[in-house]
Amino acid sequence: MGQLSGPTDPTADAHWEHQQPRKGFFTDTSVCIGCKACEVACKEWNHNPRDGNLELLGSSYDNTGSLGASTWRHVAFIEQGQDRITEARESGRALVNLGMPRIGPPGAAATAGPDLAQVDTTPPDTADFRWLMSSDVCKHCTHAGCLDVCPTGALFRTEFGTVVVQDDVCNGCGTCVAGCPFGVIERRSDGMVAVAAQREEQHAEHAAVPNAGVAQKCTLCYDRLVADETPACAKACPTTSIKFGNHDDMVETARERVAGLHAQGLTEARLYGANELDGVGGTGSVFLLLDEPEVYGLPPDPRVPTADLPRMYRRAGMAVAGMVAAAAVAFLGGRA
Amino acid sequence: MTHSEFDSFRPPEPTRRRRPAGKRGTGRRDSGDGSREMPMVPEPEFTSYYGRPVVKPAPWGDEVAAYLFLGGVAAGSALLGLGGQLTRRPTLRRNARLSALTAVSLGAVALVKDLGRPERFLNMLRTIKVTSPMSVGSWILSAFSVGAAVPAVAEIDRMSGARLPLGPLRTVLQTVEGPAGFGAAFFAGPLAAYTAVLLGDTATPTWNAAHEELPFVFVSSAALASAGLAMITTPVHEAGPARNLAILGVVGDVVAMRVMEHRMDPVAAEPLHQGKAGAMLKWSERLAAAGGLGTLLGGRNRAVAAASGLALLAASALTRFGVFEAGQSSARDPRYTIEPQKNRLAARRAAGITGDSITTAR
Ligand code: SF4
Ligand code: SF4
Repeated sequence: MGQLSGPTDPTADAHWEHQQPRKGFFTDTSVCIGCKACEVACKEWNHNPRDGNLELLGSSYDNTGSLGASTWRHVAFIEQGQDRITEARESGRALVNLGMPRIGPPGAAATAGPDLAQVDTTPPDTADFRWLMSSDVCKHCTHAGCLDVCPTGALFRTEFGTVVVQDDVCNGCGTCVAGCPFGVIERRSDGMVAVAAQREEQHAEHAAVPNAGVAQKCTLCYDRLVADETPACAKACPTTSIKFGNHDDMVETARERVAGLHAQGLTEARLYGANELDGVGGTGSVFLLLDEPEVYGLPPDPRVPTADLPRMYRRAGMAVAGMVAAAAVAFLGGRA
Repeated sequence: MTHSEFDSFRPPEPTRRRRPAGKRGTGRRDSGDGSREMPMVPEPEFTSYYGRPVVKPAPWGDEVAAYLFLGGVAAGSALLGLGGQLTRRPTLRRNARLSALTAVSLGAVALVKDLGRPERFLNMLRTIKVTSPMSVGSWILSAFSVGAAVPAVAEIDRMSGARLPLGPLRTVLQTVEGPAGFGAAFFAGPLAAYTAVLLGDTATPTWNAAHEELPFVFVSSAALASAGLAMITTPVHEAGPARNLAILGVVGDVVAMRVMEHRMDPVAAEPLHQGKAGAMLKWSERLAAAGGLGTLLGGRNRAVAAASGLALLAASALTRFGVFEAGQSSARDPRYTIEPQKNRLAARRAAGITGDSITTAR
């Protein structure tokens, strides 16, 4: 067993004999056009059944809603006005000025980073309105809450450093659902949600929902990776907003891209998941965001719950001792 | 902003209303037309993605809450059973042993029923994984069940006048029933406490924030519930230890709950005081106090003892369902995920720790 938190190589922790370089995504939301090709490609390749009742959710052009058992890529749409753009720019600038994370000696890092105080920050093209579009996906965390708490071993770490469910092992206990700090993995329901739409009847003969009652999430197209193929979403993305490759390269690309955007005065750009010192040890899927993470439905400071597990066990041990002592006192102590 | 020759036909633009700084549901249109129904808490003071939850609530039904209760009853009963065994209280011993087996069996059935694939429940014992409280708990539950079943079957055999078709196994049973009672009591504490770790080790905001004190709440609740059950089933002259345990349990429960609410993140603690969960927890405390007082003042009266026992059982059930429900509702509302996280991130930054944020500028 590897460590429970902090920077590490998850594949080595899982004791794979033939290690592959860790694979990952870099999702650059600044070039996403919201076409949802990734959502469609993912559904097709993975034979994921329909999610929900084809409702209009009233949330811009997003009628998918969120990641779930049958939605492994989800494109978020956010409409923002002037105020919010200014705020995003400010919060991004504050982040830059924090100079984090520090790599190497603090002095060197401070001089290496661009000093954005002097940069001309005249907004290049967004005037008083903007769309944010972001294709969300499982983060394939370095310390994956879902994997840690799975009692059956259905969830496992692949040789590519990704996190995958074995459909034939999972018994649907649902522990992983609560264990994921990003709200990604979900137990697939049997799809018996009734709707009165005619569409429903058209599709009535469709095969039964596969893997019902079992936890489901993005596999980073494990079946394609073993065949040396690119995951379906990255392959389908027309703008290369979704990039796929070795995790190290992805992080490097992300760092270059965010530096480039900063140099253009887009201080709102920031990375999400590229820091191996964060609460989940860094994510396999790195994102470039243009606003605070919670705007996209991402947690602002996720922490893998298992990081505190040794402490929880110790507290539980103390409680057990207390209970046994109470029982002993109840029998031995006076006035019975 | 586009300009076209048709601009003059547009209705006048409403003057841009600056929304108060706090209130900004992302992308929320102020001119809602009624059909846009969004699951928003009123006036959120934080940004979220259309008010949708960030983490997902565990797909657990009331069966799991019931199991939290039944597992506690079983655990406490096994301890009382062992005490009865060691201090020669045959009625207390018999009743506690039977209670332990009944409670643990019902609890296990509830757990299996809640699985997405109940027929695969044995996969729980496919591996031992210390990082998974569910795995550790499954093994505790299994070991406890064996330890609880043997003495309980021996009691049933005695009650039926040795009429169970056991044959030569009867001697074996009678030899191992004592040690098995020890075994059950050994796993009793872990059985009562692991469920707290199971809930604490999740991303569900209220449960996770409660992880420091929840084990103490749960073992106290287990103690008072099992003691309450013994006070109902067992005549007062043998139920003395049960009364003692009940009082200790009540004190532990009330204190641990208070300390927990005090020490956890104030935002994440809110669901413990709101709605259904809040009502259940309030009543749980009242019933625990009433049951404890009844035990203390009138526990030697059979009727009062039984009534107090009932109050204690109800108090424990309400604690479990209340904590369970509070957690589930905290997961359904993005506020409880986002606000405590933003606060702790800001606190770390204010303290000069800037290297551990998931959001970075480079
Ligand atoms: S994002 Fe959630 S589901 Fe994906 S690896 Fe991390 S903990 Fe598991
Ligand atoms: S639902 Fe399946 S994958 Fe998730 S924790 Fe349970 S057994 Fe593991």
